[in-house]
Amino acid sequence: MPAHPTLERTPSRVAPGWGEAPPSLLWSLTSAWATDCKMNCRSEVLEVSVEGRQVEEAMLAVLHTVLLHRSTGKFHYKKEGTYSIGTVGTQDVDCDFIDFTYVRVSSEELDRALRKVVGEFRDALRNSGGDGLGQMSLEFYQKKKSRWPFSDECIPWEVWTVKVHVVALATEQERQICREKVGEKLCEKIINIVEVMNRHEYLPKMPTQSEVDNVFDTGLRDVQPYLYKISFQITDALGSSVTTTMRRLIKDTLAL
Amino acid sequence: METDLNSQDRKDLDKFIKFFALKTVQVIVQARLGEKICTRSSSSPTGSDWFNLAIKDIPEVTHEAKKALAGQLPAVGRSMCVEISLKTSEGDSMELEIWCLEMNEKCDKEIKVSYAVYNRLSLLLKSLLAITRVTPAYRLSRKQGHEYVILYRIYFGDVQLNGLGEGFQTVRVGTVGTPVGTITLSCAYRINLAFMSTRHFERTPPIMGIIIDHFVDRPYPSSSPMHPCNYRTTGEDTGVTCPSVEDSQEVCATSFSTSPPSQCVLTATKALSQTPAPVVTDTLRVPTAGLAFSHQLSSSRLPYQPAALGAGSADLAHPVVFAAGLNATHPHQLMVPGKEGGVPLGPSQPAHGAQADQERLATYTPSDGAHCAATPSSSEDAETVSNGSEGRASPHDVLETIFVRKVGAFVNKPINQVTLTSLDIPFAMFAPKTLELEDADPMGSLHSDGSSGGSSGHTQDDFVMIDFKPAFSKDDILPMDLGTFYREFQNPPQLSSLSLDIGAQSMAEDLDSLPEKLAAHEKNVREFDAFVETLQ
Repeated sequence: MPAHPTLERTPSRVAPGWGEAPPSLLWSLTSAWATDCKMNCRSEVLEVSVEGRQVEEAMLAVLHTVLLHRSTGKFHYKKEGTYSIGTVGTQDVDCDFIDFTYVRVSSEELDRALRKVVGEFRDALRNSGGDGLGQMSLEFYQKKKSRWPFSDECIPWEVWTVKVHVVALATEQERQICREKVGEKLCEKIINIVEVMNRHEYLPKMPTQSEVDNVFDTGLRDVQPYLYKISFQITDALGSSVTTTMRRLIKDTLAL
Repeated sequence: METDLNSQDRKDLDKFIKFFALKTVQVIVQARLGEKICTRSSSSPTGSDWFNLAIKDIPEVTHEAKKALAGQLPAVGRSMCVEISLKTSEGDSMELEIWCLEMNEKCDKEIKVSYAVYNRLSLLLKSLLAITRVTPAYRLSRKQGHEYVILYRIYFGDVQLNGLGEGFQTVRVGTVGTPVGTITLSCAYRINLAFMSTRHFERTPPIMGIIIDHFVDRPYPSSSPMHPCNYRTTGEDTGVTCPSVEDSQEVCATSFSTSPPSQCVLTATKALSQTPAPVVTDTLRVPTAGLAFSHQLSSSRLPYQPAALGAGSADLAHPVVFAAGLNATHPHQLMVPGKEGGVPLGPSQPAHGAQADQERLATYTPSDGAHCAATPSSSEDAETVSNGSEGRASPHDVLETIFVRKVGAFVNKPINQVTLTSLDIPFAMFAPKTLELEDADPMGSLHSDGSSGGSSGHTQDDFVMIDFKPAFSKDDILPMDLGTFYREFQNPPQLSSLSLDIGAQSMAEDLDSLPEKLAAHEKNVREFDAFVETLQ
């Protein structure tokens, strides 16, 4: 059962198993639940200020860097409980709107999945018409099987939140400076990410063959990231979700 | 202590550390080549990809690293350092970064070698991949070619940070605890450049001036190591073979076990005469003769001298130092490190290096001048890899300096440029100087003699061929792009009319026959006039 990342348009669900609760209920309970659920969960927050057209690349750079560290080669289980691991390739990606290059895993499927959700985030930001504040969350989780009738629990063990502030620039000169500045900022973010990664804190135990889908996303052809979910929110200046935007998104979805 | 570690674990750990060191060097150097790196993921383990990462092995780099390590491993007090520096067209050089792989005494006895250490080393390599794109030197290295080149040097021993200027910053890539110590990978980088736009450098009079000017191109996107790296030409034919080459072919197939660590199974087999996975190396070496050669070109600047670096770098190391462009006109820039903050750790090339160079010059009569002359217009703006691409054919001398200087800005006249104005032939200036060649080719054609061509240009100091990267010329489908094509066909054979012997003779004959021809034409003047009238 391929565990594809759930691309969520609805407000970020930290608590799976809630089913399709009405949005407002979810939002109000999210923060409370989040505290409980994330007790053992590592949470990292990064903030960036970018121009509108840089949103996509900045998000991809951060997400890909995190996923680079949280992906392994495909496991091949052999008898006696041993397994061998495939090889992860990497490639450099130059940004068009930022003076920056990041490294990502060589997996087109993964890239496509990320680009899709980042594109949605960018569109949501653009359409929000608000202050241009939003955030994306990349959450790594483990599945825990529950007995019927309860659905499986998803227990996050690491959450990366990237807060984005979109600025509008008037002149080309400002944009040029922004290119360089954002590039430097992203360099700092990458260094921060690497610092966290190298603390060697909790990582799920390597699973047996029967458990591998509870820990890793085995649905990709060439690499195997830990199970992850990406979600995003458009926030207003106060940091809480913008109800109208979410409602509009949900309506649009239902209208299809 | 180490008695806690059983011998198998100890052996594995040593092997992991060794290959980790080699891969670290590869990642760093490849990140400074100036090109984007791309490797493929493979779902089935090939057994030759250490740490489950597809990192290509550039043979020269591996060789240099192994030489620097000289069979030892990083240990307390013995760090492996990769120094990245920048060298401008005028011979100024500046250290940009020092990457250090160190070991300290803090041991982690609990950790399992074959499992956790291996995975953490893999994670550390991924972090290194990410961090190498983030330091200021990365953007500089991506833009190298026209004004400057990026060089690397590997040494083993004490870390020397003198050349980084004041206020350098450090970034720690990560650490991995092992039962014998904690491995730390970090980078110290110069920050002055951070204030300079990476697009251009200001010309500052004192030592660190980085000058932008039109320049020769780097042949191969190598961070020209500060030592000749062309141990072999395109293939493996001559040159120094890697000692213990079987090491590189050690298969790193590790099986991991999901059972409790104590039952971990590690199978690292050694493949004896197995060729290393060729795939990855090939893709990096653009498969054209010209380019592959040019790597050699760029790197083999100067005689390979295991000279001790002036800064007192460890004698342990073989600081193969790149000799800054020596040449008749530009005095060798030897900078003493440590004097001032801004003084780069100049490559200290003992003078005899230069002399040896010069001596070697004498034996080859560079056809540089001639060659350039023969194609005056083409070489003006272009990088003349010309001689470079031919140099490949002269493999025998590892120490051969194959410099190519671009004709154009910063071109010094070749030392032995001879003008044949004494010969009374029109365009004698452009005639190839076959007469002057000591090893004149009996065929009389100069153009791209392997041996002679290869050595030309080193009369001039500096520059080395940089990669010619025409814009929009890359085609992912074909391996050959415009730049490659240009380089390959940059050495057209000499026009036969310009070759001295034939040229001289035929021109002389032509001149002699002119009066007769004129007479004949005059006789037929009426016919010609009639013909012309029919045309109107």
